[in-house]
Formats: sequence, structure tokens, C-alpha cells
Amino acid sequence: MPDILEISGLTKRFGGLVANNDISFTVKEREILSVIGPNGAGKSTLFKLIASFVSPTSGEVCFRGQRISGLAPHKVARMGVVRTFQETTIFKTMTVRDNVIIAHHLRSRANLAGFFFGTRTAQQDEAEFARSTDEIIDFLGLGAYRHELASNLPHGHLRALGIAIGLATNPQVLLLDEPFAGMNHEETRRAIEIVRGVRERGVTVLLVEHDMPAVMNISDRIVVLNFGQKIAEGTPQEIQENPTVIEAYLGAEDEALGI
Amino acid sequence: MTTQQKIASAFAFLAVLLVGVPLLISATGRSDLYYTLTSVALLSIISAGVWLTFYIGRINIGQGAFALMGGYVSAILVTQYGVSFWLTLPIAGLLCAAASVLIGLPILRLRGVYFAMVTLTLSEVARLTALAVPITNGAKGIVNIPLPSRLTIFGITLIPDFATLANPRLAFYVTSVLLMALCYLALYRLVNSRIGRICQSLQQNEELASSIGVNISYIRILAFAISSFLGGIGGAMFAAITQSMYPSSFGVADSINFMLNCFLGGLGYVLGPMLGTFVLYFGWDLLFQTGVFQLLIYSSILIILMLVLPNGLLSIRLPRQKQS
Repeated sequence: MPDILEISGLTKRFGGLVANNDISFTVKEREILSVIGPNGAGKSTLFKLIASFVSPTSGEVCFRGQRISGLAPHKVARMGVVRTFQETTIFKTMTVRDNVIIAHHLRSRANLAGFFFGTRTAQQDEAEFARSTDEIIDFLGLGAYRHELASNLPHGHLRALGIAIGLATNPQVLLLDEPFAGMNHEETRRAIEIVRGVRERGVTVLLVEHDMPAVMNISDRIVVLNFGQKIAEGTPQEIQENPTVIEAYLGAEDEALGI
Repeated sequence: MTTQQKIASAFAFLAVLLVGVPLLISATGRSDLYYTLTSVALLSIISAGVWLTFYIGRINIGQGAFALMGGYVSAILVTQYGVSFWLTLPIAGLLCAAASVLIGLPILRLRGVYFAMVTLTLSEVARLTALAVPITNGAKGIVNIPLPSRLTIFGITLIPDFATLANPRLAFYVTSVLLMALCYLALYRLVNSRIGRICQSLQQNEELASSIGVNISYIRILAFAISSFLGGIGGAMFAAITQSMYPSSFGVADSINFMLNCFLGGLGYVLGPMLGTFVLYFGWDLLFQTGVFQLLIYSSILIILMLVLPNGLLSIRLPRQKQS
């Protein structure tokens, strides 16, 4: 598989704090790659850098060979690198369906004036968005909540909605920020199936996660951060056996790695 | 309501305003009501702009600045350059929109109370500028603005010269109501098209909006420009009706009133600012008999209304809709 993302020498300083220090790795097309590390290791900053919500102090992120660092987030999203958010960032006062419909924005062929005057292209767009929205909602098992206000959704389904919003943009790379946080065993199992399903749709998945068993279960490869630096990279098997990871990140608590 | 029902009720509403009200006024002889209702129509156009900035999640207390600017643009063009008023109307709107793009580029990055404070300052800056700049004639203002002249296209007279009319007040009333209808029609279409959803997405979470590919700075500028356009044409119409323009014509208090109109009518409803303007304007007049207590009673009612109906007057009908 060719590389879809190339992260090279990525460094981000906030004043005196170095959140990310000289991080380099590549992401292959259609793989599931997890970024793990203790709290404050710089995982979230790395995600913001990749989605270009913040600009790096030095280094760069390339998507299919093209530099995306420094571009506005909506432009990066337009190119196909889309970020979902930690916790419950959704459009709260819209229905589930409206949340997903609005997220189809990037697929519009009509421009704003077209939507204002309701041109034929705009109507075709709307019909296509509605069809695709229903498909995505069913795919994520949100069918029963279609017309529910997003703020009324149960916790686990909120994350599914977050992924639905991400999928609606038709991404090539989807960045999932802690998709399994706060889930019980059964919910996690379902969420893992969903993430696998997302990959089956041809999407490359990058995720930041604390739930080690889930990460070990789902990832093709794992990148480990500690104090803003990359300390390891490899398959789940390699990471579990890596002495630096065990020492720096997990100490003696082997079971946290799912061994 | 189905689309047909909506169109039918819109036409019925217009018929009441354009036929019913003039008949009623001629029957009762209260022709002063023309001026009052014209003001309500124009103020609701200006407030509609403020409502749109609310819709993208910004509290705009700067609309007075654009109404003032629009008024002056029209007044200066008509009195000093002899331009037809009907041409100055769109020019005033467009110049205000252009100015708002320049002003909006830096300030629309601000959110919440910070944006509100800067726009509040804008209202005051506009007044002080009008006082200081020579072209606006300082505190003496621009007076004796001629009434709107004839508007002809290809030799056909669309609008007669207002000065030759027997009842220019009726003419202004009809013009303002039609303009209001047009503005609200456009706003309704805007809000109910995809653009409205995009604006709403901004209002709720700008980060998420940009992550789904919405160019948030463009949408913010667009909404602010439309808002200022409405402020500008409203101000220009006022200049034509009062035939005068002073630095004090639109001030901070007016900007706050525009905002209150939106609050009172309901921030979630396109017709909110129209209803809000009507109720506030007439409410204030009705309380006139209470003399020194006018402001006290008025403010107390406003506070109570906002506590009891935080989503505005139009939210009253919602529960009923759900039952049916």
C-alpha cells in the first residue's frame, strides 16, 4: 500500500512547552493506525497539526505528497483529511439527520447562490445528500434516532454520530479522537466493528485512544508518544514487546498493554 | 404548513398591510399611523440584519453604525450630486456591505461578549465620525433632502415623483412595506436553504463546522455583509422619509433596540425581528401615558418577557404545533 500521509520532523512549541518534538512517521493507505501515549504526551496536538487546526513550529504534514500544514482546516478537509472531535462535539440543537446532512457540505456541486435560488444542481445535491445521509445513519446503527435532537442521544451513540459527521464529508483519512472513551465493554466492541467498517469503505483511519485492549485489537500499526516525542512505532505485537514502551509508558503494569 | 399555505398566508398578510391598513386609516382619519407603521417596517428591515448575525452566533450591537452610514450615503448623493434616490438606495446598501467586509475581517474573529463590545463601539464611532467629517456637515446635519424623484426604466414610469403625490406618506408606507416583504422573503429563503444550515452550524460550533469543510471566515463575512446591507438600505429610507440626517439619527440606543427586537421576537424565527419591532415600537408608544414611569415599566416588561420567553414571542406557538 502506498503512503497516504507523511509526517516529517513535526514540532510544535507553545511558548516554552514543547508539545510535539520532531515527530516523523508515515501512514499507509487503508490502514488503521493508533497514536497512544500517557496524558500530556502530545497526542491531541499531533491530531490538530495533522488536520491543520494549528500550524507546526517546524516540520510538515504531507497528504499524497502535497504539503497540508499551514492550510486552513476547511481546505484540508476539502482535500480529504477530516478530523472528528473528542467527547461530544456535534451540532447539538439539530436532529441527527440534519447533523449528517449539513456535514455533506463538501460534496456540494452547487455554490451558495445555487442553493439560495434552488437551482437544479442544488436540488440534485440535496437529494443525493439525503440518500447518502440515510445510508450513513443506517451504517452506524443510528436509524432509530434519525429525528431525535442530537443533544438527546445516549453517550455511545454520540460518538457514532461524530463518526457519521466525519464520514459524510467523504474523507480519505479520518482522524478519530478517543472513539472508545467512556464506553463499556459491549459498546467498545460495537465501536470497533464500526471503525473496521469505516476502513472497509476505503477510508484510512488514524485514532488517538487510551483503551489499550481496543487499540491492540484494532490497529494495524501503533505510534507511541511520550513527552511529545515518538518513542516507538510498530505492530501491536512489537509495541507490546518493546522495552522502551513498557518502561516509559506503562511502567510495570503489563496488563494495561493487554498482555 | 405546506408551501402553498405559506405562500397564501404571506399574500394575505401583504394584502392586509397594503389594502386593509390604508382603508382602516382613511376610515379613522389617523394618518399619523402611516409614519409609525413605516418606521416599524424599516426598523424591522434593519433588525433583520442583526438577526442574521445572531444566526451565525454573533451579538451585533453595531447595526446603528451601518444605518447611519446608509442614511448619510443616500443623503449626500441626493443633495450634493443630484443622484436619484432610487439609485442611492442600493448604493447605500452596497457601500455599507463593503465597509462591513473591511471591518468584519478583523473583528469577526472575536466571539461572544468581545464581538458585542467592539460592535457597540462601532455605533459610537460612526456617530463621532459623522460629527467630525466635513462632508456630513457636523452636528447641523443634512436637511431639506428632496423627496424621492421619479423612477423610469426605458421611459416607463415605475414610481412617480413623491413630491407631486397628494399623499407621500402613503407612498412611503407602501414602498417600505414592499421593501420589507422583499427583504424578509430573501431572508426566509436564505435561512431555509442550505446556507441557513451552514449559518446554524457556525452558531453551534465553529471548529466542527470548519472540520466538515465550511469556510467559516467566508460565511461570517457574508452574513455580516448582508446584515449591514439591510442596515444601509433601512437607514437610507429613513433619510428620505424624514428628509434629514443627523449624527444622532442612529446611535447606540438604536443599535441596542435592534438587538432587543430580535430577542423579543425570537432568534430562531425569521419573522422574529419583524414581530419584535412591531411589539416594542407600539409597546413603547402605548406606555406613553404612564409619563415618568414609561421607561421603568417598559424595561420591567422586557426583563420579564425574556425570563418567561427566552426563545422569543414566536416560541409561544410551538407547543401547539407539536400537539397537532
